[in-house]
Amino acid sequence: MTDDPLLSVRGLTLDIPTGGGMLHAVRGIDFDLNRGETLCIVGESGSGKSLTSLALMGLLGPKIQRRATRMSFDGTDLQTASRRRLRQLRGDRMSMIFQEPMTSLNPAYTIGDQLAETLRLHRRVSKAEARARAVELLEKVGITAAESRLSQYPHQLSGGLRQRVMIAMALMCEPELIIADEPTTALDVTIQAQILRLLVDLQREMNMAMILITHDLGVVARVADKVAVMYAGELVETGPAAAIFGNPTHPYTRGLLNCIPIPGRNERGARLGTIPGIVPSLVGEVRGCPFRGRCDQRIGPCDEAAPLRHLPGGHDFRCVHPDGHRHEELTA
Amino acid sequence: MSDHPVLELRDVSKVYTIKQGLFGKPKPLRALNDVSLKLARGEVLGLVGESGCGKSTLAKILLGLEQPTTGQVLVDGQALSGQDRIALSRRIQPIFQDPYSSLNPRKSIEDIVTLPLRVHGIGDHASRDRDLRRMLDIVGLPARVARSYPSQMSGGQRQRVAIARALIMKPEIVICDEPTSALDVSVQSQILNLLADLREELGLTYLFISHNLAVVEHLATRVAVMYLGRIVEEADVATLFENARHPYSTALLQSVLTPDPGMGVPDTQLGAAYPNPISPPSGCAFHPRCGRVMPHCATIAPRPVPTSDGHVECHLYDAEPAHAV
Repeated sequence: MTDDPLLSVRGLTLDIPTGGGMLHAVRGIDFDLNRGETLCIVGESGSGKSLTSLALMGLLGPKIQRRATRMSFDGTDLQTASRRRLRQLRGDRMSMIFQEPMTSLNPAYTIGDQLAETLRLHRRVSKAEARARAVELLEKVGITAAESRLSQYPHQLSGGLRQRVMIAMALMCEPELIIADEPTTALDVTIQAQILRLLVDLQREMNMAMILITHDLGVVARVADKVAVMYAGELVETGPAAAIFGNPTHPYTRGLLNCIPIPGRNERGARLGTIPGIVPSLVGEVRGCPFRGRCDQRIGPCDEAAPLRHLPGGHDFRCVHPDGHRHEELTA
Repeated sequence: MSDHPVLELRDVSKVYTIKQGLFGKPKPLRALNDVSLKLARGEVLGLVGESGCGKSTLAKILLGLEQPTTGQVLVDGQALSGQDRIALSRRIQPIFQDPYSSLNPRKSIEDIVTLPLRVHGIGDHASRDRDLRRMLDIVGLPARVARSYPSQMSGGQRQRVAIARALIMKPEIVICDEPTSALDVSVQSQILNLLADLREELGLTYLFISHNLAVVEHLATRVAVMYLGRIVEEADVATLFENARHPYSTALLQSVLTPDPGMGVPDTQLGAAYPNPISPPSGCAFHPRCGRVMPHCATIAPRPVPTSDGHVECHLYDAEPAHAV
């Protein structure tokens, strides 16, 4: 056991060539993740949060250009690692849960085959041992009659069950890092709560680190140790969950929290906060604070750059204002 | 002003026949089971429940896309069966979940929004153009988008187009089927504010179908909770969110994740999965998942018990459960 973070990312940049020019989808993001810790990346569509997770797993399309000053997993440099080395890591020590279990399970193979394959790819085990492990994991994720499920195909299972199978598959080799991209978005709220509880329990039990990608602030608050708020390819605010929700400082984070109705908190039927405008185009040169076009705290220097500012307790944000608020000048 | 409810369902059932395999015997699937509902003018009825509970079947029947197997739908006290679908569509209009698939990509916004007027032969070109401009203004879109196509618009703008199309017929009732669940958080709040404003300005009545209970709490005046084709609890929004009676309503409310760090993920106690609607459980359909199940729940179906502001279907609230057959 070392004090070094399990996953360390500095200056991760993702560029996608398009007909209209270079799309700067992710622009220089930094974060660290320790063993057993949960980081939630929260953002809206197009913020680059899913691309970030694919970049970590080395699953980007060939056209997407990835650069970083550091991207290391437990001492292994993910940028220079060979394809063979990456294949060894993926599914074994780091694995991924996708949003839509129907499209990420193979419809032509049984659940049992797909679960066993994961293990037999990375461990020298017999078919019988792999099957036994598959049953063990299916039971662990709360699937009843696990033995009989092995011979079933994905289409024979409900959405909640399929997502449990996906989780079981991701856990077959007891990974140290699990990346879950919107794992509960396609599910009913009741099933969502069950799946999240399951993930959190298993993560504690196995001391896994988890990156959970979501747009749902409720999920973030209930699951995260650390939160990273992503907007237009940048992490605009990062910090411990209690700090982000207790003292949201970046105007975008505050705006998001004002947009959602919260039972028992905001008055029924009262107007909800809004963030006017739309996400800026990231094609071509991107300068200044990406949120300034929608920000009610905007001032002239926002066109230049948004400096990274530090608050106590590892709470950082990017804004020209030292406290995230515009203050009218006292000299009238 | 009449004292009829603007919309009423009386014991509406819808049974589909599902074939089981090539040689299997067809089996009945009761998508709706004796559903009775009343919507007063200006109300917003939130309809909540898990997927497969019959929410969308109910919406289809109200839109005239499906006929109920038994029971009656009344608009302003008149039974629908006598009216045809065209007349119905003047009074009830839908807003669907996904503004990407509910707008024809090859038609301009002008064509999309004015199509209902042309179908019904209302007005001439000039008056339709005036109506179009008025509607775009009402939903907060600039007049220039009339010549645009859906692909040129963002998700929020598309949903505004869908709302304009629904409202151009001046309907009394709007069926909103998950109108914001495909949208980003910051856009969702704009659409919710717009729906609230329009209801007030135009005196609309909404049936608001959603799985997002926080959104329902925010917008609805009454809430109906559905489980396996039945409305198991109906109450005013304040009652339901502060004092839910049915154990299923309680479990649904517990599963709402408010942004409170440190609270952890709640345990809804809903162990078993949602039952297969082709072979629903005996007695109370909810009993296999219920935390407060009693012996007779498995054998006797609960009857609706009237409450101060609605009804609940649960043996816990029925003083004489033995009579409920």
